[in-house]
Amino acid sequence: MASTETLRRPASGFRISRKMLPYVLSLPALLVCIGILIPFFTAVIYSFQRYRLSQPWSRQFNWGENYLNFFTDPAFWNTLKVSLLYAGITVTLELLLGLGIALLLQRRSTVNNFISIMLLLPLMIAPALAALMWKLMTNPSFGILSYLASLIGLHDFRWASSPDTALLTVVLVDIWVYTPFIMILLLAGLRSLPTQPFEAAALDGVPRSFVFFRITLPMLTPYILTATLFRLLDSIQQFDIIYAMTQGGPGNTLTVFQVEAYLNFFQSTNVGRSAALLIILWAITYTLSNVFIKNWLRLRERARGEA
Amino acid sequence: MYEKEKDLISAFLRGEVDRRGMLKGLGAAGLTAGTAGTLFNMMSTRALAADFDWKAHSGKSLKLLLNKHPYADAMIANLQAFKDLTGIEVTYDVFPEDVYFDKVTAALSSGSAEYDAFMTGAYMTWTYGPAGWIADLNEWIKDPTKTNPNYNWDDFLAGVKNSCAWNGQPGGALGSADAKQWCIPWAFEQNNITYNREMFDKAGVELPKNLDDMISVAAKLQKDIGGIYGIGVRGSRSWATIHPGFLSGYANFNQKDLNVGADGKLSAAMNTAESKAYHAKFVQMIQESGPKDWSTYTWYQVGTDLGAGASAMIFDADCLGYFMNGGDNKMAGKLGYAAFAANPEATASTPNIWIWSLAMSNFSKDKDATWYFLQWASGPEHALFGATKMDFVDPVRQSIWKDEIFREKLNGKYPGYVEMFDASAAGASIKFTPQPLFFDVTTEWAATLQKMVAKQVPIDEGLDQLAESINRQLQEAGLG
Repeated sequence: MASTETLRRPASGFRISRKMLPYVLSLPALLVCIGILIPFFTAVIYSFQRYRLSQPWSRQFNWGENYLNFFTDPAFWNTLKVSLLYAGITVTLELLLGLGIALLLQRRSTVNNFISIMLLLPLMIAPALAALMWKLMTNPSFGILSYLASLIGLHDFRWASSPDTALLTVVLVDIWVYTPFIMILLLAGLRSLPTQPFEAAALDGVPRSFVFFRITLPMLTPYILTATLFRLLDSIQQFDIIYAMTQGGPGNTLTVFQVEAYLNFFQSTNVGRSAALLIILWAITYTLSNVFIKNWLRLRERARGEA
Repeated sequence: MYEKEKDLISAFLRGEVDRRGMLKGLGAAGLTAGTAGTLFNMMSTRALAADFDWKAHSGKSLKLLLNKHPYADAMIANLQAFKDLTGIEVTYDVFPEDVYFDKVTAALSSGSAEYDAFMTGAYMTWTYGPAGWIADLNEWIKDPTKTNPNYNWDDFLAGVKNSCAWNGQPGGALGSADAKQWCIPWAFEQNNITYNREMFDKAGVELPKNLDDMISVAAKLQKDIGGIYGIGVRGSRSWATIHPGFLSGYANFNQKDLNVGADGKLSAAMNTAESKAYHAKFVQMIQESGPKDWSTYTWYQVGTDLGAGASAMIFDADCLGYFMNGGDNKMAGKLGYAAFAANPEATASTPNIWIWSLAMSNFSKDKDATWYFLQWASGPEHALFGATKMDFVDPVRQSIWKDEIFREKLNGKYPGYVEMFDASAAGASIKFTPQPLFFDVTTEWAATLQKMVAKQVPIDEGLDQLAESINRQLQEAGLG
């Protein structure tokens, strides 16, 4: 009779202690964690070094010098400002638009289902390709959008090539690509809400705005927070669209963290500075995600009547 | 069969008969061009093999990393000749330029032995060389047991050859006695004017004689032709914006990127009064007659606009003008070329150059075999094949520029190209100060130029800020 403390695999006769089983099963996850953590801590170590690939002889620990240099460098503060501004604008607008479209498509019907699938098309295009497509459409000489802009009196509109409109242009592309992501998440949330509160409100003749702000929105908040968190983490790390369209210009208009880190590594081969920039970006995203996750948990507890 | 013809080709290869005589003889023998070409390649291979043991590394294999470019295409088209000559197998990866240099950096910085040789620019070797990623080729060039006696190292244009050699000291002169030969030049580009002859005739303007003239000619062309812009120059936020027309004109005014002190320390030199005056004029030219979305312009947009008839002239790489004058381009056959001296007091143009070169990875598994490939690919036979049969324009060997067939080919389809080249070749060299922060300095310089064109910052103030920032970076890197 087999022991209750062991599991027997008949074919191989390989036996695993019942106590060992959880550790064995979690081993792949542990390996994945190690695979993630090794590059991360390597980057942390690099960020505390003076490390330029073209000057290998000068490689040494300079501890916090890379970080301290940023505080006195106006370019860094510009990078921080542009990154936060870009993330803030894109996420806010995408959230509003995504929510609006989701509300329009909330009712299940063949047409609405078809439209929601069609609206997902931009998400299926690589962001770098979308950027190149928009670069052609916004060409001041032959771009279709430039032509349309001229019809409403915006002649000589320079899109991504002018510092006044470059941010607006890349934000437009970001919105075009990623609004469907928010829309589909919120649409799933809206369609999964319980119907009773809405039926009760309808019976009582409650105004639609009241239903939206007092019933729909609070119940949808966990979904909104999740969608916002995903997009915020992505948006603050934006690279493809900005680099493909502008390379961070004109001037320093769009030198976000990822563009700066990329140029520092691949062009300047300044590993230390590039790593320090990415660690700062990690710290920002970590802080932001913490805030969001804590709020999300609080909301969930409240929904369960635990808070 | 064909013994007489073979003798005739052999005599040509020994220098006993000139090219015209050989062609006449082959024509008289009734040979078709295809048969003559096959015979010529066969006899060239024999001649190459005559004085040197090309089979020393037979059976080995090499892998190359190549940029998608007509020069790489020319090499690939002739690669079988190398395999036949040496018995060495060659494979290659080709990447588009957008990602090519990232791929090279990734391969070399990781110490990968995957690639033995690769295409590079001389500016890149200022990073790769000191980092220990590429080999100093002097070791092979100067070794008669490893280099074909007919390789003729002295045949390379001196300014181009020296531009690929640096002693690794920040600010050290290119081509100095103690310099290491980090790469072998393959083909290069001078930055001059390519213009649309029809548009110039229609507007009734002459070729610009200096920068002031270029500003007014570009403006008049834009005004008179209609629907086009006057002059194409690059403008993206990249080092590639600084090195072509901009730096060529800048150097013509005797201006520099950096000063090298007596103690070897570097400092920014962009905020002199003369530099500010040059910047002001260049910026004015772009504002008045440049492309509307200039700040996104790379060589690609500059070239295609000229080829499509969207611009009247460019101040950029001459080979860009060459490629736009052929193929399916709308303006094919309508383009002209001219050397350009921006400074009215200069006697000739002083183009900064870009050199497509070949370098050897320090992690190559077999450097001697790799050198065999490098010397073949940069040797006179392949250069002649590329120049006469492919689009290997702007060769780096003097003998090719003297070759009648090559000159006739250019004169036939690209009138003015040879004259343009001859007028500026003597002053053509790299005008940048070699130093490891090259890409930091030039990218920031391009960003500053963008700010000036967009009127975000006045010229004086912008250049003072640029100099301050560059000095700070040089000090941080221990160079200033």
